[in-house]
This record gives sequence, structure tokens and C-alpha cells, in this order.
Amino acid sequence: MPSEKPNQIRFAPWEDTEAVPLIRFRNVVKKFGEFTAIENLTLDIYEREFFALLGPSGCGKTTLMRMLAGFETPTAGEITLDGRDIVPVAPNRRPINMMFQSYALFPHLSVADNIAFGLKRSPMPKSEIAGRVEEMLRLVRLQKFASRKPHQISGGQRQRVALARSLAKAPKLLLLDEPLGALDRKLREDTQFELMDIQEKLGTTFVIVTHDQEEAMTVASRVAVMDEGKLMQVATPDVIYEQPESRYVADFIGDVNLIEGTVAEAEEGGYKLVWADGAPPIHAETDVPLSLGDSCTFAIRPEKIAISTDKPDDRANAVPGKVLDIGYLGNISTYHVQMPNGAIFKASATNSRRLSRRGITWEDEVWLSFTATAGVVLTQ
Amino acid sequence: MNRRFTWFNATSLTLGFAFLYLPILILIIFSFNESKLVTVWAGFSTKWYASVFNNTAFLDAALVTLKVGVISSTIATVLGTMSGYVMVRGGRFRGRTLFSGMIYAPLVMPEVITGLSLLLLFISIGMDRGVFTIVLAHATFSMCYVSVVVSSRLVSFDRSLEEAALDLGCTPFDAFRSVTLPIIAPAVISGWLLAFTLSLDDLVIASFTSGPSSTTLPMKIFSQVRLGVSPEINALSTLLIGIVSIGVISASLVTKRSAVRRRAQEQQAVGGAA
Repeated sequence: MPSEKPNQIRFAPWEDTEAVPLIRFRNVVKKFGEFTAIENLTLDIYEREFFALLGPSGCGKTTLMRMLAGFETPTAGEITLDGRDIVPVAPNRRPINMMFQSYALFPHLSVADNIAFGLKRSPMPKSEIAGRVEEMLRLVRLQKFASRKPHQISGGQRQRVALARSLAKAPKLLLLDEPLGALDRKLREDTQFELMDIQEKLGTTFVIVTHDQEEAMTVASRVAVMDEGKLMQVATPDVIYEQPESRYVADFIGDVNLIEGTVAEAEEGGYKLVWADGAPPIHAETDVPLSLGDSCTFAIRPEKIAISTDKPDDRANAVPGKVLDIGYLGNISTYHVQMPNGAIFKASATNSRRLSRRGITWEDEVWLSFTATAGVVLTQ
Repeated sequence: MNRRFTWFNATSLTLGFAFLYLPILILIIFSFNESKLVTVWAGFSTKWYASVFNNTAFLDAALVTLKVGVISSTIATVLGTMSGYVMVRGGRFRGRTLFSGMIYAPLVMPEVITGLSLLLLFISIGMDRGVFTIVLAHATFSMCYVSVVVSSRLVSFDRSLEEAALDLGCTPFDAFRSVTLPIIAPAVISGWLLAFTLSLDDLVIASFTSGPSSTTLPMKIFSQVRLGVSPEINALSTLLIGIVSIGVISASLVTKRSAVRRRAQEQQAVGGAA
């Protein structure tokens, strides 16, 4: 928690009105024929950020990245790097490097030659290249594999060679296109932390494209959630998760229960929402200004809902239901509970005890309860 | 599928191969004939091979053929690689289908027409016919074969390799030279070998475009045969068959080996992730 460490300055240049962004997208539009890939997008990315572009395939995140690399030209709008317009600059003249999804290692060159490839085409004197290659090999812990060809090393090692190659020229900005997609889960998690370490060590600005929300949440300082060429929300991972601004973002990130309701009554700091006939109304606290009769969505994460066999008295909301299904994931269990009106709520509970006699099973009548601040009220 | 041996399969296989290769086999056998009569066997001898190598007319023709083959296939390889690259990489533009059709059309164009139209062209621009015109003609028709071979390799080429080269500071030409070309080299080499082989055994187009001092080996053989088949021709033809077979076999070996290696690498890439 940054607030508990007053000596450490919190890294949040996006909150500083004086900070000058490294990259600015201004009203950028990209069309492929009739198809609009990016729709009037404006975005600032700051130096030293680890910025994630997150969205389903076809949402325009890769197009956005390719425009930064110089492989696509915007149809309209401006992209600046350090205040300089980079749209007319060719890819080989940009201080930006990219790590490709397929790694794109040159199969006819050794690991060391792959890393040296960009350096040989830079103003760096020949005598310094070997030293820089050695330094990069050490960074990704591949000194022993310098003379191997890409097909003689493992997938994880190949990924690190690709990273070393794209960092060798010390770019101002590193683009990572689904960098961990080809790795298996365990290796992917390790590599995520390794990436964060390297980013912190070098202080290079990273922009990562991913469709994996966990990956984006883990590595990024800020996440931009995209859909159909538009930015849905740009915020830190915790804000994206806990305070989504729209149903789309709430639904895209993690598991969520979306409850459609109408405002029945204003209360202290919030509203009473009617959501189903015969069910008790939901008490929700929110800053969103609403009037009576407005329809809205109450979004609540499964882990914010407690499940019990008896009705709890101390919670603002409690609804009865019947257990329909239990998903056992090892660390947690997710209960699918059917409400009297047929709606299904998901509630998850940590399995904090081993082999405990589980009190709740299929077909049981249970109570779901949550506080007035556990969920968010969405109007979009 | 039933893959068992049956008399029907054996018979059709034998007949098919006999149909294809019996004439060539007879030619090879009679090239070792002692007798001057082509159709009567009189014992084994290699004297006709010796006489081929002493026949200056044959050797001159062979030299012309070799010169034409090397130069024309080199030109065809450069042009064919360029056109193959543009067809695969050029993206979609107006008339792309027409262009690719026009590149592949010479594959099915009757040789007589290609030869005749080239002859008319050379006459109309007043170009003296000789080795140079045969080279041009051969480069023209074998270029499309190279283009087919190279573009089929480029289709499976990972585009991001070129983008990575650009990203790391290459100009487009530098990216092609230092990344694309080394990787597609096997296809380019087999394209060259194919073009060389095609040039080596072409008779029709060479006849149309050759001049007085530029007789190629197939032309020489053809004109000799009209005066009567001599065992010398058999020996020469056997040598030609040998050269052409080596060309074709090595071209297919180069392609196959690199395909196998590529597949192994791709498999390793998938399996290596673990």
C-alpha cells in the first residue's frame, strides 16, 4: 500500500497535470477499407509506464501497437513521441522496438547474432557491440546459449532471446505483442514477474498487448480496456477491477454478477434498487446521481458475496436461494445459486481449511449476503 | 485402404513404367552398342562415348547450351524471385489476379507460340540472333517456373521476420538481403536448377531464336537425327539424360530437405514451449 510508505513516491504520472506524456495519441482513426479498426482515439502514455492494451481479438489493440511501431499509418489524427510527430517516420528510424508474438527470431542466425542484429545497424561502434550483446545475454540469463540457433533452444528461452533482441538498442519504448501467449501457464507466470523486474531495472516504457486479463492486471501500471476500436476505460488494475465504469469492463475483467434493476427509493448515500418480483430490494451505496425509476446495473464480484446456511443479520443485503452447482477450483469454490426469480448468482468462497466437512452442497437452501458498498452501480 | 500386393496392381505398375521408361532404357542400352547399326546388338563398347568427346561440333554445341543455361537461369532466378516476392508481398492491388495470371501464363503457353512471337520481336527490333537471343528467350519462359517455386515458399514465410528486421533498423532492401533471402535460399536454388534444366533440353524455342553460330545441343541432335540415327547420338543423349536427372533430383532434394528441416523446427518450436 503506497499510502503506508510515505518515503516512497507513488508512481502515478497520469495524475500529475504537469507531467508530459511520452506518447500521445490525438484523435487517431484507422480504417481498413470500410472497416474502422480505431475510432477517434485519444490516449497518453507516460515515461517508465508499463501500459497494457487489453481486449478481445479484433478490438484494435494490435492495430494501435502496429501504428506505434510504424507498420500501419493512421487514417487521421496524430501520434507523437516526446512531442515529435512520428507518423511520417519509417519503422527503422523510430526509437521504438517491438517483441513479436511469434518472437520472429531469425532462424539462420545464432542467439548472439540475433541480439546483435539491430546493434550492427545502429551508430554503435563495432567494438562495443560484443559487450552490449554480452550484457543483454546476462540480463535474460542466456550466456550459455549464445552460439545456439533459435531452433536449438526451448520456447521460454526463445522468448527471452526475443526480449533481449528488442531491448538491445535501448529503445525509448518497447512494444510487446502477446509476448507470453506461446508459453504454458506456469512459465508464463514466472515470466510475467521477470518482465516486471526487467522493466523496473531498465526504466524503459513498455506497452504490452494482451487478451489475457490476468496478465494485464499482473504486469501493468495502467490498463486500457478496448472494445471495437474504442477505449472503454483506462485506469490502474485495481480501479479497473473494483470500479469499472461500464458493464462491458465489469464483465470483461474477471467474474461478475450483473443485476439489472430500477431505482425505487433514494437512501442515505445511495439507492434502493428493485431487481425482481418478490425478492428483497438491493441497498447500494454509490456516487452516481440517479432519479427514481432510472434503470441501472448493479455489478458485484462473486468473492464479495458471502454464502451461509442461516440468514445473517449484520449485512445490508441478504437474498435466499438454492445451490445449483459448485465449481471446485482447489483454492476457491464457486457456488451457482438460483434466486427465487430464476436468476443465477455466483458466489465464491476460499477453501481455507483442508478436508473440512463442507456445510453447503447441491440443492441446499442458502442465503447470499453482501454489504451496500460491495458492488458498483453502472448506468452504461 | 487396401495396400496389399495384387496381380492387377503389379501389372499396371509394370505397364506404366514400361510405357514411360522403355524408350529411354533402349536408348541407353544401344549407346553401349559395338555395331554402327542402331537396331542390331553386337556387343558392349564405350567407343561412341569417346567419339562424342572427339566431335568438335557436339562439344561446341554443348558449350553454347551450357552458356545459355547458366546465364538464362540466373536471369530467370533474379526476375522470378522478384516477381514471386511482389505477388506474395505486394498486398492487394487493382488487377492483382490479372498480374499473377500473366506471370503463370507462360507455363501453359505452347512453346511454338512463345518461340514464334519472340522471333518476330527480335526481327522487328532488328536484333541479330545468336546466343544472346536464346538467353533472353529462355530467361523469359523459365522465369515463371522460378516465380512459382519462390512464391510458394514465401506464402509460408512468417511475415513478422521481415517486420522484425525493419523494426531493428533495416531498410526494406537490407531486410530482404539479410533476412528473407537467406531463409528462402533453398527455394531460390531449386528454382535456378529447374530453370537450368528447362533451358538445357529446350529445342523448340531455341530453334526459333538461334542464329547461325549458336546451335544448342538439342538442336544439333535433332539435325543429326534427320540424317539418320547414329550410336553417337545415343551416347550423347544418355549423357544429357544423366545431367538432367541430376539437376531435377538435386532440386527436389534441396526443397525436400529444407521442408523437412523447417517442419522439424516448427515442431520443436511448439514442443519446446514446455
